[in-house]
Amino acid sequence: AMNFEWPWQYNFPPFFTLQPNVDTRQKQLAAWCSLVLSYCRHHKLYTLDVMEAQESPVFNNKKIERILISNKHVCYVCLCLLTAGNLEWLDKNKSRCLVMWRRPEEWGKLIYQWVSKNGMVNSVFTLYELSNGDDTESEEFHGLEEWMLLRSLQALQSDGKAEVFTMDDGKGVKFF
Amino acid sequence: MDRFSWSNGLLEINETLVIQQRGVRLYDGDEKSKLDVGVALLSTHRLIWRDIKNHECCMSMPLSQIIFFEEQAAGIGKSAKIVIHLHPSPANKEPGPLQNSKYSYIKLSFKEHGQIEFYRRLTEEMTQRRWENTPVSQPISSGTGSQSGRTRAVGIVGIERKIEEKRKETDKNISEAFEDLSKLMVKAKEMVELSRSIATKIKDKQGDITEDETIRFKSYLLSMGIANPVTRETHGSGTHYHMQLAKQLGDMLQAPLEERGGMMALTEVYCLVNRARGMELLSPEDLLNACKMFESLKLPLRLRVFDSGVMVVQLQSHSEEEMIASALDSVSEKGSLTAEELAKLLGLSVLLSKERLLLAEKMGHLCRDDSVEGLRFYINVF
Repeated sequence: AMNFEWPWQYNFPPFFTLQPNVDTRQKQLAAWCSLVLSYCRHHKLYTLDVMEAQESPVFNNKKIERILISNKHVCYVCLCLLTAGNLEWLDKNKSRCLVMWRRPEEWGKLIYQWVSKNGMVNSVFTLYELSNGDDTESEEFHGLEEWMLLRSLQALQSDGKAEVFTMDDGKGVKFF
Repeated sequence: MDRFSWSNGLLEINETLVIQQRGVRLYDGDEKSKLDVGVALLSTHRLIWRDIKNHECCMSMPLSQIIFFEEQAAGIGKSAKIVIHLHPSPANKEPGPLQNSKYSYIKLSFKEHGQIEFYRRLTEEMTQRRWENTPVSQPISSGTGSQSGRTRAVGIVGIERKIEEKRKETDKNISEAFEDLSKLMVKAKEMVELSRSIATKIKDKQGDITEDETIRFKSYLLSMGIANPVTRETHGSGTHYHMQLAKQLGDMLQAPLEERGGMMALTEVYCLVNRARGMELLSPEDLLNACKMFESLKLPLRLRVFDSGVMVVQLQSHSEEEMIASALDSVSEKGSLTAEELAKLLGLSVLLSKERLLLAEKMGHLCRDDSVEGLRFYINVF
């Protein structure tokens, strides 16, 4: 895989200190959100453990010796992602979360585009076919984790563009 | 022993203390007296003995009373002694601890040693006989009061001596005043008086010294004392007092503020004002209250409270934009700065330079990097 290209903020020491100025902080957090999302997308990561966040190079720049210090700080970033719809907590304690660098609706849209482009509206797929089939190999949603795929299809379903149903050995979907 | 008279223990004008020795017991002849532990003092004129516990108990005899004296070496359980043989007491002798004694000699018993030195100095004094050259009032003969015996200076010599004494006194005051701060407090009023009198002298002699020197001297004086400090006594308490005080502060802070770039921390103002006021010290509360009145009195000064709670006095003309701009220039030039570094660059106090940085941060021009290395400020590029 290509090397991840860090944004310029990553090497700017103040990036790792929560800025007290509200306007500055907003921009800072926006930059953090975009960094976390692009990092996860690059490495195809779907979850984030807040407790272990400081271990990750995203939050710990060894080159300039700066760490996003407190969990509270990391939580700010999470909160920011949450508001943008890119994050969901996995537990009540808010220690683990799903990082959705594409929101389910966005994934749904991509999948539907592929389906209609290939003239397969009104066809039936298994979920495995969609995420791991040979036909989707060149698509971005290839290899998407099943929970995420399901969420995407459910998003399409609520738009009336698909219907998810249970089959003998798993789940299937029909597009409209 | 009956040759001793009671004494106040003070030396006369021309009398000098030669030596003193602690732990000396007096013997009346061969008998131990009740005068147990004391200090024996030898002056150019007298032999003095003072009780160690009761300082009121002090007696003396003139050295002229002594015929001769001898040493008595120490033995086992015996301290070394000096035996002093005495003339019979004069008829008009002032009262002492003993009115009559069958002995014509006394002994000094040295319990804490020192007898060798004491003996040597006594020998010296007895041979030099300094009491004959510079007579002092003799309590033995003076009868009443000792001040009548003081040397009275008359004529020009007297005036000169007086001036010399005064100069010495002033000299002493000045050196004492600078010895430490607590003494300065005590001497402050005198210092203010002194500076005032020097100021008047300068006024009188205006022709003799150059304009430049006068101004310089006056500025020294000004930094030492204000001519007429406003005090609570003269202006009552409360608002009126604070108003007067505010006006005075307005006058005296103008120059120092301009010197310091238009802004001073309130603590710094406090020190400066109180140093100038000498004795009439201001309480921090009064200073603060006076500063709060700057605005309503339309004085060109303002009290300013930073978000951090730090209070400063600044000139009204003092431009915030300029202040922030200078901080920004320094930061962008150096890449990043701590408050300490900026303080060094601009010659400010660290406290004030930090306030500048925080202000610039608040305006969104700077952002911070808070790490183990300290708090650094960068240009806000977010």
